[in-house]
Amino acid sequence: MDFSFFITQAVSGLTMATLLFLVASGLTLIFGVGNIFNFAHGSFYMIGAYLGYQLVGVWHINFWLALPLAGLGAGLLGALAEALFLRRIYGRPLEGGFQILLTYCLILIIDDLVKIVWGTEYKSIPRPHGFHGAVQFGEIYIPAYNIAIIIIGLIVVVASWWILTKTRPGKITRASAVDREMLGALGVNVPLTLTLIFGIATALGGMTGALAAPLRTVTPGAGIEVIIDSLIVVVLGGMGNFWGAWLGALLLGEVNAFAVAFVPGWATLFSYLVMVVTLIFKPEGLFAPRSVRKV
Amino acid sequence: MNASRSFRTGLFWGLALLVFALVPILMTSRYQLNLASNVLVWGLFAVSFNMLWGVTGMLSFGQALYYGLGAYGVGLMAHHLGPAWYVPGLFIGLLTAALLAFLLGLLVIRVSGVYFTMLTLAFGQLAWQIMFKWYDFTGGDDGIQGFSAPGLLSNKIVYYYVILGIVFVSIWLLKRLAYSPFGLLLRCVNQNPQRVRFLGRRVRRNQLRIYVIASVFAALAGGLMAGVDNSIHTDMLYWTTSGEVILMTVLGGISQFFGPFLGALVIILLEDIIGAHTEYWSLCIGIIMLIMVIGFPRGIVGEIKHLRMRWWPPKSANAKSSLAVESEVRS
Repeated sequence: MDFSFFITQAVSGLTMATLLFLVASGLTLIFGVGNIFNFAHGSFYMIGAYLGYQLVGVWHINFWLALPLAGLGAGLLGALAEALFLRRIYGRPLEGGFQILLTYCLILIIDDLVKIVWGTEYKSIPRPHGFHGAVQFGEIYIPAYNIAIIIIGLIVVVASWWILTKTRPGKITRASAVDREMLGALGVNVPLTLTLIFGIATALGGMTGALAAPLRTVTPGAGIEVIIDSLIVVVLGGMGNFWGAWLGALLLGEVNAFAVAFVPGWATLFSYLVMVVTLIFKPEGLFAPRSVRKV
Repeated sequence: MNASRSFRTGLFWGLALLVFALVPILMTSRYQLNLASNVLVWGLFAVSFNMLWGVTGMLSFGQALYYGLGAYGVGLMAHHLGPAWYVPGLFIGLLTAALLAFLLGLLVIRVSGVYFTMLTLAFGQLAWQIMFKWYDFTGGDDGIQGFSAPGLLSNKIVYYYVILGIVFVSIWLLKRLAYSPFGLLLRCVNQNPQRVRFLGRRVRRNQLRIYVIASVFAALAGGLMAGVDNSIHTDMLYWTTSGEVILMTVLGGISQFFGPFLGALVIILLEDIIGAHTEYWSLCIGIIMLIMVIGFPRGIVGEIKHLRMRWWPPKSANAKSSLAVESEVRS
């Protein structure tokens, strides 16, 4: 194995890790803050990918403009789903199970709606202008679009850190993870906050779907693969732990990239292997030293 | 009092058995027999699944793994080694399922709540992927069709009665289990695991036990299903199979022992009726279940019992307490 091959695989792993993190962060955010497990998170990713296809492939809107629009669309649908359905089952006995069930119903509905609107055949989006080629670093060529994804990922990480720790909405978000009743007593509209956070989380998922669409084909039923990958990331990092999700995504992305290079076809097994080993030795997640801390 | 209760129970079992036993006599086509077999097998699957979720509170999203294993045990043995291995194949499937459920169970019961659900889903998908990719042995995406059962079993009507017998005995066993001291302990594990520990009982060990038991019955259901169509396919292990059994359970009512069976019946009939008119079956069932989850979380049987309790409250204290035990499962 020579050095340039190693770097190429590592960068490819980093790209995958960024995408994984972007999806999983939405999942972990809404779980950490609202204690809601959104099983349909992958379906919002899929909606984002299809919206991206509609905007770029059909209406020929600039890719970089379509990206936030796809996120916005998925986020609006997510907020709507929370306000219409999920809100009604908060605080019910066996809430966790019913949340999974309700979001499972959403998966079934969204999957079929997507089929009705966009059909069952595979869709793809071309890479945006100026990102078709590769950037050369000495002897190593790295696709320009991968670099763009990694940079966007970094921007999202820094921006979320800044919003969550330095701004007032971020403080409200963290407060609602700790004590919702107290937050309500202080005059914050808690149900609206939860709806907004749910919307932001699904928007993050939807935007990632559009961002990943030029690399992967867009298919109905993509949601379940995404949710399982995100779940592995979240298990590795510790549920509700934002930075854990980042490290978990990095680990999973790199493991996958090298597994693809050496044992193609069976690469997905390695993802599960990493998760199983983690669960045997550290069921609370690899990067969860302080289990109390959420988000 | 007690005598009338046991008489009613006997009547219920007798009537149910009679209805299903009459199907081959009254049927007008082979298709109806197939439908009735489906109801029985899925009913068993759903009831066994509810031992995990409704009774013990472990929402597994990976029971398709064991269901598929049971089916593949029969299918692979009958296909590769000949029809004589059909029945041994069923037992091999059951044994493998028990062993795997024990090993995986050790892993998955380490976590609870959402983690448990997602972990079981991940293992289920892992198994699906192995079956999907191991083309030479399992037939991959194509599955295996047209293997045959030996002797009398190849007669569809005989096979139906075999299913009927096995399913009724299995459900009777599961019912005995649900209302045994072990079943009571499982309900305590569901409601207050800490207290179970205070009382000197082990939470994890009992969770593992019921996980293995439910998985073996799921494998039994899968093994029986293999003979219904004489085919196995990877969809049996796919996560939607796990999802379907959950939907059946909720539709019937998770707090009721027979709820899941009724849920299986309703969903299979609905799928047959709606599926004939539209290809968007999952959209329909998604909307139906969304309404159920939000508006009628007790399920069909649960809601009926709830209404009956409200309109005709039980007169004697004895009857009240026996109902209280059942409604306790819900909370």
